[in-house]
Amino acid sequence: MRNDPTHSWQGIVWTFLVLGIPVAVAALLLASTGPVLARVVTDTLIKLTMVVGLYIFIGNSGIFSFGHAAFIVVGSYASAWMTIPPTFKKVILPGLPAFMQSIHLDPFTGGLVGVLLAALLAFVIGLALMRLAGIAASIASFAFFSVIVVIYNNWTGWTKGTASLVGLPVYAGPKLALAAALIAMLLALLFQYSRYGLLLRATREDAAAARAAGVEVERMRLIAFVVSAAVVAAGGVLQGHFNGALTTTANVHLNLTFLILAMLVVGGMRSLAGAVIGVAILAFVAELLRQLERGWQIGDFTITAPSGLGQVGLGIVMLVVLISRPQGLTKGREIPMPNWLSRRERQGDAELIGSTQNAR
Amino acid sequence: MDLLVQFIIDAVSVGGLYALTAIGIGLIFGVVGLVNFAYGDFVMIGAYTILLTIGFYWPVTILIAAIVLIMVALAADFVAFRPVRLASPETLMIVSFALSYTIQYSYVMMFGSLARTVNFLPAMSTNLEILGIRIAGVSILQIVATIVLTGALAAFIRFTRIGYQMRAVSENPTMARLVGVDINKVIAAAFIASALLAVTVSVLFVAQTGTMTPFLGLNLTIIGFVATVIGGMGSLVGCALGGFLVGFLTTLLQLALPADLQPFREAFVFGAVVLMLLLRPGGLIMLATARERI
Repeated sequence: MRNDPTHSWQGIVWTFLVLGIPVAVAALLLASTGPVLARVVTDTLIKLTMVVGLYIFIGNSGIFSFGHAAFIVVGSYASAWMTIPPTFKKVILPGLPAFMQSIHLDPFTGGLVGVLLAALLAFVIGLALMRLAGIAASIASFAFFSVIVVIYNNWTGWTKGTASLVGLPVYAGPKLALAAALIAMLLALLFQYSRYGLLLRATREDAAAARAAGVEVERMRLIAFVVSAAVVAAGGVLQGHFNGALTTTANVHLNLTFLILAMLVVGGMRSLAGAVIGVAILAFVAELLRQLERGWQIGDFTITAPSGLGQVGLGIVMLVVLISRPQGLTKGREIPMPNWLSRRERQGDAELIGSTQNAR
Repeated sequence: MDLLVQFIIDAVSVGGLYALTAIGIGLIFGVVGLVNFAYGDFVMIGAYTILLTIGFYWPVTILIAAIVLIMVALAADFVAFRPVRLASPETLMIVSFALSYTIQYSYVMMFGSLARTVNFLPAMSTNLEILGIRIAGVSILQIVATIVLTGALAAFIRFTRIGYQMRAVSENPTMARLVGVDINKVIAAAFIASALLAVTVSVLFVAQTGTMTPFLGLNLTIIGFVATVIGGMGSLVGCALGGFLVGFLTTLLQLALPADLQPFREAFVFGAVVLMLLLRPGGLIMLATARERI
């Protein structure tokens, strides 16, 4: 934590700019080259929003959640119910009750409903889940995800069950996704800087000591869980309105869970820089492997890799990074502030280091 | 009366399969502290090995599957888990999650994601009539295998030298190492034991359903987790108990739920886990060593 710039407001601004500007520049440049890359950029930025959302909870609390895909499902379906035009809704979702049939909100309000519903669900389920710690919490979050998927899978009148739900207005493009990702990053930084974030990080390092010092562990976790669920759900809403279709298939959501967790872990789950770098690297690798699966022209030959290669490649990248650098590529550090920006800050830290060394 | 006996047999045979799965997961958790997401995929590898070697006489098929699974489990330990042994339990869990994903999709690459069918041990799917009650051969096999294997495992842990060391490592790895226990050997033994449990589950699963996909391990892993959590993480008796409870609950729900709620059965089972964790976070049987100490 010695070089953690996020302990001062200057550092928050610095971290936001040093991560946000490259993301924005790269996204806008790549998106301007053509519609194919624009789609890849939008998709990646939506993933970034989700990963940052995941980071808000996992990074600060140190508890792995396998259940956040549930918030993606809940948020995106709610947004779909709100925004699909009523005339269309009557045809594709005849099982929806009458008052739901007639609702037609604009995309922003509809998305907001989805996000709020996910946050409400996170609050209710979090009241229970946050009493657990460590591995038990992870397993319970996985069970929670399974419950949600089973319910949505069989709730045919509202979700079309195993068939895809189509007809969502498609409005998410690179600019909107970029805005969402930047807002998510700013939110994550502000949370990290806030007293709640700091207290939660204390519980992550030593739950017993934090409790003894008067930190309400469960409450801190719950706050982070709700904020994180809301951000992840916002990513889910955007994804729904980017693809124009939704599915309840468990495998799709498990793959998504794996991908966003891998992105977080590869970069380093304890810093925002890690989240951003992980997304950038894995998005690149995934796109490369996808090209290979589609076929690769060398002279007269087309080499086509068997389907599944993309996933195997991602799995291997994640394994290799975890085994060689369990803390992730950034080792959980933010990008340090240059000296001329943070002279006072560093002096303070130097004293702190001195005192801890004396204490030892 | 007949219905009740039928129900109990169904519940015990389903529960037995779940109990074996849960013990395989619980054993590794107890000794290594690893929540093994890849355990169900070991079962899946066993199932596909049976598919590939179906031409042989059936004991040979089972033997080959056992050897393959032992090698896979040892390789997983050596390549993936040993390098991160000193890392936090969460890191270990994520490693196993990544391993599970990699194994699943390597099998998708090799065999495609469509279901394969195989007719293994056809004699087992015939029904026996005992005292006027029809029992599937597989159910009997499941019950017998559960009793024999849990008994053998308990004896192994209780009476053999390596079993003794296993208990020591599970209680306090550092102390065990200091008094001269070869941790790597003990952990390898635990992985071999869990591979043998996995191959049993593969055999029973294939004999019962006759179909497989690369994703079959997922459901088993989830059920295994559920059973371990309900029973108490790290206690083998608790795992077995948890497995039987989940089997009982599933069969009961199948019987008692109205038809339109049937599809939500799994939701009820998983909901039970969350409830269980709330009421009794340590599980039914809580180990003193499992509690976090300062």
